[in-house]
Amino acid sequence: MNQILRHPTVERLRGFLFGSRARHGAIFNFVLYALLIAIGFVYLHPLLFMFVTSIKSPNDLLNPMVQWVPTEFYPGNYVKAFRVLNYMNTLLASALISVIPSLLQTFVASLVGYGLARYRFWGKPIVLLLLLATFIIPPQNTVIPQMLTYRDMGLLGNPLALILPALMGQGFRSAIFVLIFYQNFLSLPKVLEESARLDGASDVRIFFTVAVPAALPAYIVSFIFSVVWYWNETFLTVIFLEGGTTTLPMQLSKFVQAYENLYPPGVVNVFDRLNEAVKMSGTFLNILPLLVMYFVLQRWFVESVERTGVTGE
Amino acid sequence: MMSRSLFRREVSLRSREALHGYGFILIWVVGFALFTFLPLVETFRYSVNQVTVTATSINLDFVEWANYTRALFTDPNFVELLVGYTIETLVSVPIVLIFAMLIAMFLNLKFRFKGLFRTIFFLPIVITSGPVIKELTAQGAASAPGIANIPAVIEFLEQLPRALRSPVEYLLTSFILILWFSGVQILIYLASLQKVDRSVYEAAAIDGASGWEIFWKVTLPSLSTATVVNAIYTIITLSHFSENKVIQYIYARTYDVHGGIGYASALAFIYFGVMVVLLGLVYFFLMNWARRGSR
Repeated sequence: MNQILRHPTVERLRGFLFGSRARHGAIFNFVLYALLIAIGFVYLHPLLFMFVTSIKSPNDLLNPMVQWVPTEFYPGNYVKAFRVLNYMNTLLASALISVIPSLLQTFVASLVGYGLARYRFWGKPIVLLLLLATFIIPPQNTVIPQMLTYRDMGLLGNPLALILPALMGQGFRSAIFVLIFYQNFLSLPKVLEESARLDGASDVRIFFTVAVPAALPAYIVSFIFSVVWYWNETFLTVIFLEGGTTTLPMQLSKFVQAYENLYPPGVVNVFDRLNEAVKMSGTFLNILPLLVMYFVLQRWFVESVERTGVTGE
Repeated sequence: MMSRSLFRREVSLRSREALHGYGFILIWVVGFALFTFLPLVETFRYSVNQVTVTATSINLDFVEWANYTRALFTDPNFVELLVGYTIETLVSVPIVLIFAMLIAMFLNLKFRFKGLFRTIFFLPIVITSGPVIKELTAQGAASAPGIANIPAVIEFLEQLPRALRSPVEYLLTSFILILWFSGVQILIYLASLQKVDRSVYEAAAIDGASGWEIFWKVTLPSLSTATVVNAIYTIITLSHFSENKVIQYIYARTYDVHGGIGYASALAFIYFGVMVVLLGLVYFFLMNWARRGSR
């Protein structure tokens, strides 16, 4: 028995199945891939469902035999959703509303993070505590007075209503970005900044010429996350921008109403009534720009998050 | 003489450093006062008043704690919504944490097509927004495929005692949504897994520890800080999510003719209080666990 177990073929088989210290075995790999594929499918299920439904023709929708493979590619839903969403306008509005506050917010967060990481001053723990508080306080505890003030200043519906807080480091989830920069500057060596100081450079100059280039990955990560979160934010945008600028998610949340304005239910024929395929086309058009951005920039999502050490320790 | 001038120079250097530091954070401090602190105080003032808004002015009528007592004792919906929110949060947090930890450990291994799976698991970070989730839930795409419709499951739910039923039902109908909220958490776990020194694992393996033992004695303790951060992050994201029922209720009350802004402000403060209590509970529970683990 022992001899059979020690036979080279058996040993190789055992190595193949159970792996060695250097490599995973086949059983391990099988379980791993099975789990990953199962979880991956569950994860992607809503997206697949959305896409498949969005290209179904009205006939396919009614046909119970058609589940995952539509009989034809029906682009009509997208044409309608494109019109209902007023796509070009809302897309542009969404891009502006997310890019401009994100640029400002990222820059201000880096200033504050740098100040906290590099200078000794009285009250730093209080500032850090208040920073955490801004992250915890729900928006509905501060939003009404802001809205009333904006109304008095005539800023309601104006993108400035979102830009101003971002400029002062109080934008959407600003605290996270300040903490990212704080962590990041703490982990960077001080040597370069000190030698620049010995050469007589001013603090502001040191910040721009030495600290900013060294923290570039943190800037990129913060900017990307900021754009995504601003894009997806609806609570604040609805309150501050309603009646003025309309972003894509705002228009999506009014989809039914907007559809019936364009295609009045009593007037259009049965095939042009609102159905789930059109709704799913609208939803898909809504996330499409973010999907494109994600696939172009995805390297940054993962790798630089690992490099910038966003672990909050 | 000499030492005194040195001392003075030291002090002036220090205060100069402090001044420069304040210079960097000044804009944030002003912003905090204008956009967070003052509105917060103002909202609290609304919450103890009957507020009427006209086209030109805002009239306040002091009512003491009437808005709060109305919310807690006469409002037929609010307390129920709060209880639902608490249960949903307490059910979701452990699932998100365990799931994120599992996926992060998978992604920390070496295997083929890792990039593909990584792309899939971080996708929800990008697309999770209120209206998108709402559309998907309305189409029934948010539950694990088909589970909630299996007759056996429905029967099983009917057999459960009332207290258990709503959390289980929530779990079944929003399973994918809960998982979709774990994107950032996976990132945080992954980042702290990669910080663990490889040699620790090697030493443990040489000492004859099994994979199971290594997980409990090495991996898990090294993830304790990340777990606390993730738990707090999860609670806050769930509580601030715009499709959250409590938030929508508060938002709807803001435009009520009767009560309106004053009442909604009181609701917002009660909700904030419950959220802080939840955060505190989870924080102390996890801190306790982390301390015991490191001993």
